[in-house]
Order: sequence, then C-alpha cells, then structure tokens
Amino acid sequence: MGFLTKRSSKSGLHQLPSGTFTVDPQGRLVSSTVPQWVPEALVREIGQQVLAVFKGAAAARLQFSELKIQYEAFRITAREMRGGAVIFLTPKTAPSALRP
Amino acid sequence: MATPNKILLLDDDESMLELYQELLKQLPSRPDVQVCNSGARAIAMLESEPFTLLITDLRMPKMDGLQVLAIVRRKFPQLRIVVLTGVLDEEYRSRCYAQGVEMFWQKPSNTEDIQMFQNCIESMLDRVTQTPDGFRGVQSKSLVDLIQLECLSRSSSVLHITRAALDGRVWIQGGEIIDAATANLTGEEAFKEIMSWKGGNFEILPADPSRMRTIHGSSQGLLLDTAQSLDEAQAPEPSSEPGREGQPATGLAALARLEGVAFLLSVPMEEKAPLESWSLESPGDVAAWARDTHRRLARLGETLQAGAWTGATGFGLQEHWALQPHDLKGLLCVGFRPALEKDQVEQTMQLVFDKWAS
Repeated sequence: MGFLTKRSSKSGLHQLPSGTFTVDPQGRLVSSTVPQWVPEALVREIGQQVLAVFKGAAAARLQFSELKIQYEAFRITAREMRGGAVIFLTPKTAPSALRP
Repeated sequence: MATPNKILLLDDDESMLELYQELLKQLPSRPDVQVCNSGARAIAMLESEPFTLLITDLRMPKMDGLQVLAIVRRKFPQLRIVVLTGVLDEEYRSRCYAQGVEMFWQKPSNTEDIQMFQNCIESMLDRVTQTPDGFRGVQSKSLVDLIQLECLSRSSSVLHITRAALDGRVWIQGGEIIDAATANLTGEEAFKEIMSWKGGNFEILPADPSRMRTIHGSSQGLLLDTAQSLDEAQAPEPSSEPGREGQPATGLAALARLEGVAFLLSVPMEEKAPLESWSLESPGDVAAWARDTHRRLARLGETLQAGAWTGATGFGLQEHWALQPHDLKGLLCVGFRPALEKDQVEQTMQLVFDKWAS
C-alpha cells in the first residue's frame, strides 16, 4: 500500500478522472462534465498541455485535428476546435481498481 | 470541348516560374499551367487536383527535386514528370531517370533550345491525350526479366539496350530470340555479353522481320543458361547500395516499405545525437516538437498518476502520425498516408515500432 499512498500523495487524486471538457485557444476552461472532485487546476493543466501539443505540431508543419494520447491506465482524446479543443478523458481500468 | 492538360511547374526561383509559365501557356494545346515554389506545396497541389505533367527543378531549399520526385512517383504513378534544371551532372541525370522521369532537360539558354523544349512538352501532352489509358510504372527489372516478358507474350520487337558507351540489340520474333548484336559480336555470344551488363537503359523498337536468324535454340533454354551463368558470376551485393528513393538504405528505409508509411523520424533522447529520418521535409522541427511533447506528456502522466505515457497519435485530412517512446532508443515518429483508417494507423505503428525497437 505504500506504493499507492506515495502515488496518490502527488496530486491528491483518488481515481483517474473521466468526462469531457472544452478549452478556448488561451487554455481557459469553457465547459466541463468532469466530476467536481477533480481539481479544476488539473483539468486546466490537461487542456493546456493538449493545446501545446497541437500548437507545437502546427509549428513543425504536422497537420491534424484529432489527437489521442495513451497512458498505461488512461486515454486522452482531443479534437481541435478553432484554436481551442474538446477533450475526452477515459480511464482504461475500472476506477475502483485504482482507489488507494 | 476537351479539358486542357494541366501542368504544375515547380521552381524556387520566382522569375523562372514566371518565364516558363509564359512559355508553356503559348503551347498549341493551351495547357493550364500552375506554379509553386516549394516541394511541400507541389505535393499538396498534386493531392488536391489532378495534373497531367509536373515540371520540376532539382536544386531547391528544404525539399530538393530528388526528394520531390521520390514522393511524387510513389503517390502519383500516373503523373508525367520532366526535370528542368541547371544541374549538369550525370549522376543526377541517372538518378532522375531511375525515379521514372520522362525527360531531363537542362534549362534552355537560347531560342532554339526553348523552341525544342516547347516542342517536346507539346508532343508529350499530345501523347497523353491520345493514349490516356494503359499501365505505366517504374521498376528495376533485369534484362532476363525483360526479355522473358517479351518472349512469353510472343512479341516481335527489337530490344535496344544501352549502358554508357555500350550499345546492343536483341531481335525477338514471335516470342523467339533470333539474333543479338553488340560491338563486334553477334548471335549467342552477343546475347550473353549484353545480358552480363548490370544496368542501363532500354527501349523497345518495332520488329524487324527481315533480320536473319542466327540463334536457333529455344529462347527459354538460352535465358536459363544465361541466368545460371550470371548467378554464378555474381559477386555479393555491396552493403552500401542506395535504398528506395535514392536515400541511404538505413534501417528506417526498410521500415518505410510497410504499407501506408509516409515518413519516419527516429529521435534520440540526447539532443545532440544525430537524427535519422526518411522522407521528412523538416526533421529538426519535428524532432524538437517530439521531444517537447514527450516531456509534456510524461509530466502530465506523473501528475495524473496514469502510468507511463505509451504513445500519441494524430489524425488529419492530409496525413496521420504516431509518436511512441522507447526507454533506450528515444522516440519514433511515423507519418501515415491519409487513406489509412485509424485502426490501421495504430496497427501499422505497432509493427513499425516493434521492428525499429528490435
């Protein structure tokens, strides 16, 4: 259990978030169905990182409108929307299995 | 009224573009001539609308003419290509012809040359209009293969083969090899001599029924004998043989043969380590983005406690790509053609990644 306690202490998350949210081109949260227990700062952070990937890719002349990011236990899917994005968060494992 | 032929003119020199656009517009067939000044733009234009002919320069910044040829030949096999360049280099000429260009022109320097250039282009457009159907392609075939094809199809023709200063002919009548000639040799000796040439050009000339038969054995027997002699005499292939598209045959070039792969980039984690790329216009920019993305996504994964970042995929109208990290080798970024479905992109990426990592 020490391992799980150490992991959870970093962000205070008890489980991986799920839901959908949108960010504007400046990374501001526009709308969200992500549960309230997920810190808003974390949701914004995800949005900003996704936008940074889109913008960096455009600068490198890689053009795309849909981005899928895979983690061992989590998936982020994002669609570019007029400089902003709609972002889907999907845990891969049943949330209860990840509870500390 | 017939649709005019469309010509795409590619040169990084705007003044040349203007000049040749005017020259080509004056052709009797009145083609629609469009221009662009970069390889990437040319490929985008070719993807967006059909063209009959591409006329391209060789020396251009970023993506040079040979890179353009390599991509265009693969993506648009029906497109006629003419190289128009100031580069007078036999190696370039050979590489261009190997890529399947129709003509290699030195940029005309006087009125006569310009007239000849215009006539050639008009004649080519005329041929395209008259015979729009049929298969075209580029491949390296051995002479044995070529002659075997002629024999199997029971053709009657004269195969004219050249290799630098060497010149030879093989007469085929009704699928039978009846004679051959090169330098002072004729008959079977000449045939075997010609077959020993390891490369060159060929053209198929009309049959010559009046040619006296000097080779009386069966063509298949002669071809088998010759192929066997060649196999025995063949030295091992040098390992530095150029790969597809004239680029060095690196490990990446081998991976590029997988269906749907448009570009490859291997990015070591160490920023100063050299990049390895295939068919990518700006590998440095993409590598910088890949490293930045890796850092961002790894950090985000830690924050989320979502486990290790295992990959990212982008889907677009023009292209798809996938980026995947490897603990020891760094990052692999692969571009895919837009025709691939999403699940095909992911499956192909896994194949490419596994081969690259191993």
